Amino acid sequence: MKTWQCIVCGYVYDEAAGDPEHGIAPGTRWEDVPDAWACPECGVAKMDFEMVEVVAA
Amino acid sequence: MQPIFIVGSGLAGYTLLREIRKRDAAMPVTLVTADDGTFYSKPNLSNALAAGRDAAALAGAPAEKMAADLKATLLTRTTVTAIDPATHRIRTAGAEYGYGRLVLALGADPFPHRLEGDAADTVLTVNDLAGYARFREAIAGKRHAVVLGGGLIGCEFANDLAAAGMDVTVVHLGDWPLERLLPVEAGQRLAGHLSALGVRWHFGRTAKRVDTAGNGLRVTLDDGSAIDADVVLSAIGLAPRTQLAQAAGIPVGRGIRTDRFLQTGAADVYAMGDCAEVDGQVLPYVQPLMVQARALAATLAGTPTEAVYPPMPVMVKTPAHPVAVLPPATGVGGGWKVDATAEGVNALHLDADGRLQGFALTGAETGKRNTLVKGIGAKP
Repeated sequence: MKTWQCIVCGYVYDEAAGDPEHGIAPGTRWEDVPDAWACPECGVAKMDFEMVEVVAA
Repeated sequence: MQPIFIVGSGLAGYTLLREIRKRDAAMPVTLVTADDGTFYSKPNLSNALAAGRDAAALAGAPAEKMAADLKATLLTRTTVTAIDPATHRIRTAGAEYGYGRLVLALGADPFPHRLEGDAADTVLTVNDLAGYARFREAIAGKRHAVVLGGGLIGCEFANDLAAAGMDVTVVHLGDWPLERLLPVEAGQRLAGHLSALGVRWHFGRTAKRVDTAGNGLRVTLDDGSAIDADVVLSAIGLAPRTQLAQAAGIPVGRGIRTDRFLQTGAADVYAMGDCAEVDGQVLPYVQPLMVQARALAATLAGTPTEAVYPPMPVMVKTPAHPVAVLPPATGVGGGWKVDATAEGVNALHLDADGRLQGFALTGAETGKRNTLVKGIGAKP
């Protein structure tokens, strides 16, 4: 599981946690998140995210 | 070996900690923070109101969870009062710690407004999550907000306050919003869309006084005119926090000076994020600090790595009319080629040879930013 970070606001998308509030189930890999999904914090599009990998805790 | 100490728990400090853990699960890291260590994103403080998000909704993981997830020691509510680079020690109010390497991720303070008047001390600033909570309390039930400053943060707050239903007046020294970043056509387009939302503008003006007037406030401008308001929010800019470094004899300019390795003038002391002046540039945005964090984590893990920035457009979060701007590098000649359509403004900064060196996009045109970034340095 990887985490991704928004380059506009710093929001972290954690694949393990998903974004259930916006219809993204826990465990959803980044490539399976729909292109129409936007940052739940600042609203920028998926293309504005940048991947940050964190060693699994 | 003494641990790495990171001072600051904003996006800079926590992003660095994440990058360190991506490379090295064991390296001892202590993060010291003056606040409670809750993770939050500062850029979102200026677009949360209309979305109905209070301070609790903006709060991410608390300090204990951050410490556990990122395997770090967190010292919260702890202010570092002094650094001794010679002995590799930092002092707090009650203790002293030895560091192996020290990273200053201190952030920035709101620029002091220097207003006169009996209510000058009621002027609000929003610089952290606690400040946002105070701001929400202060505007509850209020009608008219005056925003001082029409830069990036001022425009975002003006949009957010107006979209939340408040009357908003912006007092701005420039002749159009974001005048240091945007050509006039783009700035005026943004101003127009915010006006359509109800924002009133006073360009070319500064506020001089804030006084009590009846149940509210009166803001007096430099031309003597007055605006009645219920609350006043100052968003006139940020000053990197350099005092701690300066007192330790570490060279500072506008920010804490570093080279491209984020190394300050003192051995084993680094600076990054909003407090840092990296190779002459203060870049108080998210993307630069992510690049810095990645480079510095590599350096701290034993591979000296420079922060090398890709073209980094700045997004202005004004939903009424979004803006994406990539300012040309300092010293680039040429000028703006502006194309204005009904949907937005498309301004390309071309150098003397006609090569693309920057852009300013508004409205629907912002969708072209990623394509344009790929064309930087080429003739469009």
